[in-house]
Amino acid sequence: MRSHARIGFVLLLTPLVLWLGLLIVIPHIDMLLISLRERISFGVYETSAAQYQKALTEPLYLRTFWRTAVMSVLATGITLLIAFPVAYYIAKMAKGRLQQVLFILCLIPFYVSELVRTFGWMILLRETGIVSNLLQWAGLADQPVEMLYNDAAMMVGLVYTSMLFMMVPLVTTLESLDDSVIEAGYDLGGGGFSVLREIIIPHAMPGIVSGCIVVFMLSLGNYLTPTMLGGKDSLWFTEMIYNQFIVRSNWELGAAFGFMLLVLSSVIVWGMLRLTGRTLQETMG
Amino acid sequence: MIPTIPQSRSFRIVYGGYVLLFFLYLALPLTVVAVFAFNDSQFPSLPWEGFTWNWFFGDSDPQIGVFHERGILRAVGTSAIVAGCVAMLSVAVGTTNAFLFNRYEFRGKGALYVLMLLPLVIPGIVLGISILIASSTLANGVWDVAQLDIQALRPGLLLVVLGQFSFITTIATLVITARLQKFDRTLEDAALNLGATRLTAVRTITIPFLMPAMIGAVVVAFLMSFENFNTTLMLVGSDAPLTIAMFDRLKEGSTPLLNAVSLLLMLGSSLLALLVILFQRR
Repeated sequence: MRSHARIGFVLLLTPLVLWLGLLIVIPHIDMLLISLRERISFGVYETSAAQYQKALTEPLYLRTFWRTAVMSVLATGITLLIAFPVAYYIAKMAKGRLQQVLFILCLIPFYVSELVRTFGWMILLRETGIVSNLLQWAGLADQPVEMLYNDAAMMVGLVYTSMLFMMVPLVTTLESLDDSVIEAGYDLGGGGFSVLREIIIPHAMPGIVSGCIVVFMLSLGNYLTPTMLGGKDSLWFTEMIYNQFIVRSNWELGAAFGFMLLVLSSVIVWGMLRLTGRTLQETMG
Repeated sequence: MIPTIPQSRSFRIVYGGYVLLFFLYLALPLTVVAVFAFNDSQFPSLPWEGFTWNWFFGDSDPQIGVFHERGILRAVGTSAIVAGCVAMLSVAVGTTNAFLFNRYEFRGKGALYVLMLLPLVIPGIVLGISILIASSTLANGVWDVAQLDIQALRPGLLLVVLGQFSFITTIATLVITARLQKFDRTLEDAALNLGATRLTAVRTITIPFLMPAMIGAVVVAFLMSFENFNTTLMLVGSDAPLTIAMFDRLKEGSTPLLNAVSLLLMLGSSLLALLVILFQRR
């Protein structure tokens, strides 16, 4: 029986180790190694930190890096602010059938490809788009208005794209809050605001944290939305990675960018977990 | 702020209005995509030129519909093959992972579990380039040693499958583990008492119990693969899956053909999604 269990264990461990080893661990080590070398001449490479030096001294690279980080944080904040009242409505105000229908309505758009969602926003916002025509029809504008290709359009797209990943954890945690606890808050003389601050938000914290982590990650790693909706000035860090790899074939610098993105996202996720005293297992699993 | 606590009328109206506005915001982009699939014009924008089915069934030049457009049809086929492979692979590995984490205690289990979650926290683009680098390094190494050029290791469908598999497996694992945790181990013991071997017990008792989660995971994996963009973008070769093909066209300017494809995609995926939701409610 012992040796039986041992064989079973090895058989079950093998796929996991192959998957994580060959597709996650080794590729990332390779990426690190490539980012740490410098091309001297054809086929001759030297180990150096030149790529990182370049990435950290070139103003465009550095600016894009921080801009992407700040905009992603902003997108996460806006998503949370928009989603929270709706999540609360679904979890606590709506009852029975309506609750189920509203929740499913929230889910459905996100089974649709991100490309389609972005395309929708392009049709709405472009110069010949619906919003522009609507404004002209209402007399608020006397010529076509271009609303695409700027930061605001990009933000709208980012928030839209990540909404689901905020909504689901929020609704789930808020649903587990007992109504009587809220009633008790009111009975003890709390007003709407203090009940929200002292009872509802602390209870929803786990959902807020996991929602924020996922939305932040998705915004940071997004490529489609900044490319299609953002303007010339809203270069995203993922676009720079793509450009170095596919357009310029400068893999060394591209790998360094990739690593910087990975470090940035890890640091922020780790920081958020640290701040709220939670572990990755609780938040993701 | 719950129904049992009286709120002023104006507050309720404002709150309800906000929620309504939110759902309009959710529906708006998808609705316009769907509506303009029927616009009898070369552009998916106003003015409205009248209703037509041509972007679905049209077969003559300026309006070639989805069902007569070779490029799109081939891309759909490519996506379906990729998604099928990814779904099968990731659910198979997800199932073995679930058994491993559920049934065995071993040193380093916690660390391995965290490592298993990591693919979800790595940006898709970074996953893509790391696999691209690793496979090219391997291919170059083989070339240096044996002068053999392994095409499979160059950007193409195999890499796309591997790239998507690398993070979708985590999701499959989580879905199946959640169900396996609810399983009553004594049922398996009963089968063993009745003379079944361990494997028979798992095959006839545990796997049927896991079936809903496994089917759910297959559908979710299929959809995620079908819609994946970031990882695929970095690993794609000459055969473009649907999202990449649509992206290339969208960059060049769009016709309502793209709306028609999108509408079909929406119908397909929401149908699958609804099935899963209903299936898991049951």
